[in-house]
Amino acid sequence: MRTDHTKLRVALAALAALALSLGIAACGGSSDSSSSDEGGNGGGAIVSNPDNGKVSLTIGSKNFPEQEILGEIYAQALKAAGYKVKSALNLGSETVALKAVKTNQISGYPEYASTALTSFFGLEPEEVPADANEAWEKANEEFEKEGLQAFEPTPFASANAVGTTKKTAEKYGLETISDLEGVSEKLSLYGSPECRQRIDCLAGLEKLYGLKFKSFTPVDISLRYNVLEKGQADLSILFTTDPQLAAESDKFVILEDDKEVFPAGNVIFVTKKSTAEKAGPDYEKTILQVQEGLDLKVMQELDARVELEKQTPKEAAAAYLKSAGYTK
Amino acid sequence: MIPVHPVFASFSGAIEFIFTPQPSNVTGGKLVGGFTQSMELLLTQLEVTLIAVVLALIVALPLGLYLGHRGIGEVLAIGLGNAGRAIPELAVIALVASLIGVGLLTVAPALAILGIPPILTNAYVGVREVDRSTVDAARGMGMTELEIIRRVELPLAIPTVMSGVRGATIAIVATATIAPLAGVTTLGDYIINENVYGQNGVLAGAILVALLAITLEGLLALLQWRLTSDGLKLQTA
Repeated sequence: MRTDHTKLRVALAALAALALSLGIAACGGSSDSSSSDEGGNGGGAIVSNPDNGKVSLTIGSKNFPEQEILGEIYAQALKAAGYKVKSALNLGSETVALKAVKTNQISGYPEYASTALTSFFGLEPEEVPADANEAWEKANEEFEKEGLQAFEPTPFASANAVGTTKKTAEKYGLETISDLEGVSEKLSLYGSPECRQRIDCLAGLEKLYGLKFKSFTPVDISLRYNVLEKGQADLSILFTTDPQLAAESDKFVILEDDKEVFPAGNVIFVTKKSTAEKAGPDYEKTILQVQEGLDLKVMQELDARVELEKQTPKEAAAAYLKSAGYTK
Repeated sequence: MIPVHPVFASFSGAIEFIFTPQPSNVTGGKLVGGFTQSMELLLTQLEVTLIAVVLALIVALPLGLYLGHRGIGEVLAIGLGNAGRAIPELAVIALVASLIGVGLLTVAPALAILGIPPILTNAYVGVREVDRSTVDAARGMGMTELEIIRRVELPLAIPTVMSGVRGATIAIVATATIAPLAGVTTLGDYIINENVYGQNGVLAGAILVALLAITLEGLLALLQWRLTSDGLKLQTA
């Protein structure tokens, strides 16, 4: 019996390993959607520079769809510019991602300027400049002290937001977060696990708005609409770039952040100065070039492809680069 | 520099984090960690673990004993038992959370799934390994089938059954760290949110989970010793 036991286990393990390796192979074959050697002229197409072939880059991202899409866009664009590119998406939190940059495990990753300022450099949410360029310059100043560099910001900005169903908003007459005063004690709030303690999340709602909620329940970010739909949550922490807000505007609304607890952040690409120097001018040029088209509408549409239509971030990024004429 | 040095530094940092609240980058000045919060999280971890283990016992123990007693369903008891160990728990919790909802009432059953295979398999094997002549003797004395299970097979199978329960408990208590992703704030809160708690918090969470697991394992070993009949102890001693 003992041997049957082990045999079965070995067989199962082998099966699992096979399935895994197939899965990995399927993903790994990925980054090859190169469309490199197009001597593209004009139209903003990325030009492949053979000199870049000597440089290997690893592009990272944090672990939610918008970040992965951005990571893919940068990775595929740099590949089109002739670089050898690997990607390390899904890195977890910003502290993990930043450490990966500092230790050269990744070359760079997209970060929200607001997050960089509050999380890395200790600013209170209300101290984050509303102007995208000002926020970027402030963040870059701090990054430079650590031998890092942040490229110019994307056109779009993203922020956390308190969201609810249209029904709940109408029932309690909610338009702004301040409107929650007096009713928040009856409402449950759901958000990512880290939201509970963050000043730009639950802690800020409690401290800066003076709100108390019936309960706060931590959930995986991917469930943020699910808990509203199921009626488990009265309020849920959403992102302003969420495609659901545009696609189902009759169902979900976000409350205006009238005291600015959730600073909006444009994305800045964070890298090491030494990495940027080694990679040459095409590194920054390519990144700035491909993010030019990323306004709020485009970003929402890309998020929709992944979150609603279940495309992979890689497919969504490739479609963006192609339709915007950056690659063929 | 000696490479082990930073490890020790963060280990003492983690211990400090468990007992004294520490500053954090992202909380706007509010201190995090400390004894009160650590105990709160630990108790939640213990609570969800115990509920899940009890649920797993209710499902798997009677089934394993019955199948073992009748000598049927080996494929189910061992095959399913082994296959069950390959279930990715994170996927189960994610699935249950999106289908049914989040909170203790969904996380505990999802965790119980982890405990069922080892309890089922060990109960089955434990009963099967009981000497058949002993069972025949019991039957000859006029015991009912239920009495045979309860008074002969289960006592003799206790060491095997309990080792299944111990395995199930360790698996569940360790995995309960992912519960914060589905609405239950366990010690995993420290581990998942490095952003908030820093590396000291992550290590503190890991240390507390390990201590909890070791404690539970010790208590169950003690329970097993108490439950094992003296005759069996003599045999193994």
